[in-house]
Amino acid sequence: MKKTRSDDLGFRVGTGLFGVILIGLVAGIAFVLYSDASVAIWKFGWRFWQTEIWDPVAGEFGARPFIWGTLYSSVLALVIAGPIALGIAIYISELSPAWLRKPLVFLTELLAAIPSIVYGLWGIFVLVPFVRRLEAGTPDWMRALPLFSGPPLGLGMLSAALLLAIMIVPFSSSVAREVLRAVPQAQREGAYALGATRWEAIRMALFYARTGIVGSIMLGFGRALGETMAVTMVIGNTPQVSTSLFAPQYTMAAVIANEFAEAADELHLNALVEIGLVLFIITLGVNVVSRAFIWSLGRQSRTRRVRAVRPAPEAA
Amino acid sequence: MRNARRRLTSHVVVGLCLAAVLISLVPLALILFYVLKQGISSISWAFFTRMPVPPGETGGGMANGIVGSLMVTGLGAIFAIPIGVTAGVYAAEYRGTRLSNAMRFAADTLNGVPSIVIGVFAYGVVVLPFHHFSALAGGFALGIMMLPLVMRTTEELLLLVPHSLREGALALGATRARAVFTVVLPAALPGILTGILLALARVAGETAPLLFTALNNSYFTTDPRQPISTLTVQVYTFATAPYADWHQQAWAGALVLVMMVLTCSVLARIATTRMERMQRGS
Repeated sequence: MKKTRSDDLGFRVGTGLFGVILIGLVAGIAFVLYSDASVAIWKFGWRFWQTEIWDPVAGEFGARPFIWGTLYSSVLALVIAGPIALGIAIYISELSPAWLRKPLVFLTELLAAIPSIVYGLWGIFVLVPFVRRLEAGTPDWMRALPLFSGPPLGLGMLSAALLLAIMIVPFSSSVAREVLRAVPQAQREGAYALGATRWEAIRMALFYARTGIVGSIMLGFGRALGETMAVTMVIGNTPQVSTSLFAPQYTMAAVIANEFAEAADELHLNALVEIGLVLFIITLGVNVVSRAFIWSLGRQSRTRRVRAVRPAPEAA
Repeated sequence: MRNARRRLTSHVVVGLCLAAVLISLVPLALILFYVLKQGISSISWAFFTRMPVPPGETGGGMANGIVGSLMVTGLGAIFAIPIGVTAGVYAAEYRGTRLSNAMRFAADTLNGVPSIVIGVFAYGVVVLPFHHFSALAGGFALGIMMLPLVMRTTEELLLLVPHSLREGALALGATRARAVFTVVLPAALPGILTGILLALARVAGETAPLLFTALNNSYFTTDPRQPISTLTVQVYTFATAPYADWHQQAWAGALVLVMMVLTCSVLARIATTRMERMQRGS
């Protein structure tokens, strides 16, 4: 009896250690980013995020355009992708005939599995020319609005937001689909029994799963915030704060991707790492909150476990 | 009258949901169409066997990038699989303990960290101390990205193994470690391997964490201490350069990447269908 217990302890400690490595990694990321950014953090303070001039040669580092570009592009992508992702989730989990469900899931998962660089390549050579024509064809009275001001370059916020939307739709919809599947069947049956139409029954399910739905859309938002390659290739990489959809802008991830390898002096490197640190903190916050939403739904329903993490694009 | 309106609303919503599905399939079709069309016209055997050529010259390939991608992904796997599988075993075996919850939380957090940030971390940990961009640093970055995927897959699949198997082993006097490593883990192995395959496919397509860890290299190398070119970084370099023949090469690279993802997804789908059938049969 005693022997079994000590074996057990060895096994537990042995495997547990690897888990500690995993936890240590997350803490390590926060620590390394902080220490590698410390020069910039102490030198600039809050000013770093309030000024708009980014000139590494002159030693001026103002990161406001990047945080603006990241938030603006992600919010736009969310506005476009949110309703579409929700519609797909509803269709697949509530409406689709059984034989169509698996192929549809497979196709949306495939969209999620395509590498970011392929989206970027497609973005440069197909989406951007299309957006340029669209922008050039915009009537003059619309071009007078600040939202559509500036020359029709194609490269810019609109292309980035569209590309991001395409990329986060499969992500949000697959989590929202899992969330809807966690709604007890009795909810829908109850609604139908009371004479509800299809939409009214769906509305019941949506209401029941509301926290999880919000969480799934937010997870997509978190994805958009950190997306790098595709955005870098189509957003135009110009550090400016502008509300115009036509204007070329810049994001936090893009400036790191473009300048990090060539950053020569310590201050420049530290400034870039500080941008990475803040990006890390923002995405961490968004992810934790959205998982808390999804998790609270899982606890409430208890009938089915909601899989909040999607283990790679899955084909089932 | 009121019922007619309710029915109409219902039909409209159902229509909108169907429209959402169709809208999302349009970009998928367009991307696959362009990658196939542009990629097939510029891919050839030479793409896999030859080195890149300067702009203006025709022919050439991305042999160094393909080998580099395999190497960096392999290095990542060497790092991620042992840690991920063992941590997954703990999370499944000691479900509900504080450490297993913390582990799961860490994995989910790591899964949400933008890949570019992981690149910055790998730069700080591997590149800075050694003053050298290297394939190792790239592999480390990709390994971190694989880790949460491998751990969660292992955990989920171990939980699917029927309890009777484990109980049988324990009843025969096996220790817990022995029951897990000789009975439970082998039973879940096909599923775990599928998960690992998908994780590999996903990180092999990553570009951002390699930009300033593995960097790039115009020559052929298999030395893990040297900077190395990868297929994805080469596609990026070629796509953003102003030369038409380089763009064609980039499309060929994209075709290879998409084919890899497609093959892995289909393989995984076959494997999971077969496993489901097996479970239903038992």
